[in-house]
Amino acid sequence: MIEGKIEKIAGPLVVAAGMSKARMYDVAFVSDDRLIGEIIELKEDRASIQVYEETGGLKPGDPVYGTGEPLSVELGPGLLKAIYDGIQRPLDRVRDQVGDWITRGINIPGLDHEKRWEFTPSLAEGTEVGGGEILGTVPETELIEHKVMVPPDVSGEVTWVVEKGSYTIDETVARVRTEDRGEVELQMYHRWPVRKSRPIREKQAPDQPLSTGQRVIDTFFPVGKGGTACVPGPFGSGKTVIQHQLAKWADAEIVVYVGCGERGNEMTDVLQEFPELEDPKSGKPLILRTVLVANTSNMPVAAREASVYTGITIGEYFRDMGYSVALMADSTSRWAEAMREMSGRLEEMPGEEGYPAYLGTRIAEFYERAGKVLCVGEENRPGALSVVGAVSPPGGDLSDPVVQATLRVVKVFWSLQAELAYQRHFPAIGWLGSYSLYLDNLEDYYREEMGREWIDMRDRAMALLQEESNLQEIARLVGAESLSPEDQLILYTARSIREDYLHQNAFHEVDTYTSMEKQQAMLSVIMSTHEKMSEALKREVLPGTLFELPVREEISRMKYTSEEEVEKVENLKDKVSEQIRNVIEKAEAQRKGVAG
Amino acid sequence: MIKEYTTTVEISGPLMMVDRVEGVSYEELVEIELRGGEIRHGKVLEVDGDMALVQLFEGSSGTDVVETKVRFLGKGVELGVSEEMMGRVFDGQGRPRPPFDTDPPIIPEKMMDINGAPINPYARDYPAEFIQTGLSSIDGINTLVRGQKLPVFSGSGLPHSRVASQIARQARVLGEGESFAVVFAAMGITFEEADYFISDFRRTGAMDRAVVFLNLADDPAIERISTPRMALTAAEYLAYERDMHILVILTDMTNYCDALREVSAARREVPGRRGYPGYLYTDLSTVYERAGRIKNRKGSITQIPVLSMPEDDKTHPIPDLTGYITEGQLILNRELHNKGVYPPMDVMESLSRLKDKGIGEGKTREDHADLFNQLMAAYASGKQARELAVILGTAALSDMDKQYLEFADEYEARYISQGENEDRGIEETLDLGWELLKMLPREEMKRISPERLDRYWPKEEAEEDREETETEGEEPEKDGSEEASED
Repeated sequence: MIEGKIEKIAGPLVVAAGMSKARMYDVAFVSDDRLIGEIIELKEDRASIQVYEETGGLKPGDPVYGTGEPLSVELGPGLLKAIYDGIQRPLDRVRDQVGDWITRGINIPGLDHEKRWEFTPSLAEGTEVGGGEILGTVPETELIEHKVMVPPDVSGEVTWVVEKGSYTIDETVARVRTEDRGEVELQMYHRWPVRKSRPIREKQAPDQPLSTGQRVIDTFFPVGKGGTACVPGPFGSGKTVIQHQLAKWADAEIVVYVGCGERGNEMTDVLQEFPELEDPKSGKPLILRTVLVANTSNMPVAAREASVYTGITIGEYFRDMGYSVALMADSTSRWAEAMREMSGRLEEMPGEEGYPAYLGTRIAEFYERAGKVLCVGEENRPGALSVVGAVSPPGGDLSDPVVQATLRVVKVFWSLQAELAYQRHFPAIGWLGSYSLYLDNLEDYYREEMGREWIDMRDRAMALLQEESNLQEIARLVGAESLSPEDQLILYTARSIREDYLHQNAFHEVDTYTSMEKQQAMLSVIMSTHEKMSEALKREVLPGTLFELPVREEISRMKYTSEEEVEKVENLKDKVSEQIRNVIEKAEAQRKGVAG
Repeated sequence: MIKEYTTTVEISGPLMMVDRVEGVSYEELVEIELRGGEIRHGKVLEVDGDMALVQLFEGSSGTDVVETKVRFLGKGVELGVSEEMMGRVFDGQGRPRPPFDTDPPIIPEKMMDINGAPINPYARDYPAEFIQTGLSSIDGINTLVRGQKLPVFSGSGLPHSRVASQIARQARVLGEGESFAVVFAAMGITFEEADYFISDFRRTGAMDRAVVFLNLADDPAIERISTPRMALTAAEYLAYERDMHILVILTDMTNYCDALREVSAARREVPGRRGYPGYLYTDLSTVYERAGRIKNRKGSITQIPVLSMPEDDKTHPIPDLTGYITEGQLILNRELHNKGVYPPMDVMESLSRLKDKGIGEGKTREDHADLFNQLMAAYASGKQARELAVILGTAALSDMDKQYLEFADEYEARYISQGENEDRGIEETLDLGWELLKMLPREEMKRISPERLDRYWPKEEAEEDREETETEGEEPEKDGSEEASED
């Protein structure tokens, strides 16, 4: 243990002397209250420490203890259902210990070391194992089987394995004879430094979409499993609702939700809602597959900086078990601001907007930890970690350095538009500005699972939306009535796509989630209506009569049709054809009548 | 024994550097005695070895480097609290504020650190109970709930003081006889404004259930940094230890931020946007996040911070960062104000993020959410039609656009607009919404679920209206088809 003395205190930054043996990014305990901090700069024997707790009351001369270990998290059974602060302190147990407010010097391990877990070994004695190999399994929740793995840095021959039974995470469950470290005792958990990515065998290109149940995302701007996406937007444009929707409905097996410098009440919302919401596939509460990291804006800023790393390390750990993991970080701007604040206190030379010059590097490093991978270990398990980051640029200005640095690395951009939000069109993802670079990678998947028609239909729908924006300008000048019937139809269908399809109410019990099957049914109703109508127009039916079809009301309500009744949506197509046929017949009869 | 130092080496702006100090801790409270015996206060901003940097709450005029005595008090900045605070007016440091309050200081029941501590997110309870403000534009559209922080974004010349005062007067919780109190903190407002609030509170009897902290425009600017924290400490005491529901009104946060900037500039910190310190977001969050509800505690703290946007610019750092922390915003609009609409609430840009769980059956009424969505959509269409009319003239609008335009006008005149002493109940607000929607065709009600629509607007009722409009509408179409067949 290295011991030094405080020299200077300025906000969350403490400088201590006598720390010549300390290493960068080691954890240090500050003062006798043992406030947790991390060494972020070394100058001769002086160490600058970012302290994860309030520093009021510290004095020069107070002791500082270096632990000689980097900031690490505990990885093992007990992560699921947990809610942690930025440095993996379990907030529920913190509350039990110190009450409703977070005071200082709380030191509680991330995992419960008393709890007993049912461990079933899956390796025989005498097997040669490497890092990542599965030692055994623990049914962690009703939804998720926790695979206890050999830590990545251990390999050798298994000399002893425990019997099947119930153990705490501190008990040894296996021994491995290694070449370099002799016999190593393995427990159900191990520690891993948060700033270091966990090793993988191979990275692959995402080839499956992460279905989210959100129509605008799944249809037009999908993110691949193992991919990255960002949602920048001004406040009030619905970033957090989108993040919550993804956390609820994304078809990932594990969800890690990082509330980084955001609102306390929003985290409470997640905490209260997730135990009640059901996973659409298993029917079990969503919380059983969720890990929450909550470092709200008023909690210490340095811990906020660490929170995204804590979250992604936990995500990587579950990915290593072979699961598909989705991580939502809300908001990465707050993380960047925490970096800026620490950088300012260190008196570093600022880059753009006062952000440190290494901002872009840090953001890129973070998103690079996502990916579809083959995990380490013999079985060649595939795993995926998808990352969706919200960005909160000042004034919604996309030239903000955090947005720009993020766009350079992520593949999907959901552009939130204040304009749409004011019109209460949610999700306010603008269809003209957003993009997904995964569409090509995912094409094979769509062709196989949903058919070639899906891709065509999607592209045609997008083309209509594009044309609409051109036509709207003209319509604004000359009035919609003066457009050709064909153009009026484009405006009509585009409006239907926007209102009946893209608009989705996150708070409606049915509309909140739409399966791919229902999405296909809905879009095909709209697009086939478009085709039938354009045929009718060719037969000189007046557009006005077409746009007033009684079935219009049913189309506008198909989003509220439950998943079990998808055929009802399908049936609308027949209804549409019938009603259009009637209109055509009526028009022709009239013409004949006049002519006769 | 408290040591006294006369080792001040530098004074610049609101900051004072004291040399050769011992055992001084970060954020410690400091007492400064001037040459004439005047006592001022400050706190330690930074300690570096034996140098302490002290921030003076009351400014540095009259201090000197030779005779000024500095005492470090060994504790943080604290506020003495007790139930006697109700009905009293304090200054930015918690002392009775003449001329509004000439009574002797209160006898504190306990001392509380004004910085508070962050509420454990796990201990929070989600705000879900409706607070009725009696203003339709808030209750019906951007509903306020207990434990929420909902700022008013205003601009100079707009009636935010009147709106804030009306909310303070009318706010209450439906159905229960729970105790509601207002904590009011003013930072850098003028004497006139302060006088308006206090006499308004006294006139309406609101003062009996109010605690006021005042820092006026000519009071020390640096004191503004502690004023909201004093107020919130008082609020926390009343809410969590005395089981009261507290509405905290903080006005004007722009002055608070300017005081922060002043300190930051004096410290020569790297400035962020518009010269505000890079930690403005974090600092504001330690004020705003003190709103909330806690599980198993009866009381709650709801915050309405008021801020004036320089040049009505919502992207200015203060409203921008505020919007990212608070759960929505109420925006006052100059155009509406000039039209004579009071309160000039821009309902399109305003937003209450927590309303969804605070409205509906058992809270307000089951149709509230649908009604809200439909009203917003209709108003948006109406405003679009209005823009179109400006370019093309009203004559060029389609019938539907004309109907929407008419709706938007009525909506502003009857729904948003209301008297300064008019306290509308939530039922009244909702019924008014339906009444206005009935100006439009029933098929346009796409945001309302069919069952609800049937309940509140039966088909038969709509068909009666429709017959008239349809017969009008069909004729030109017939003409059209004849022409087509002649070709």
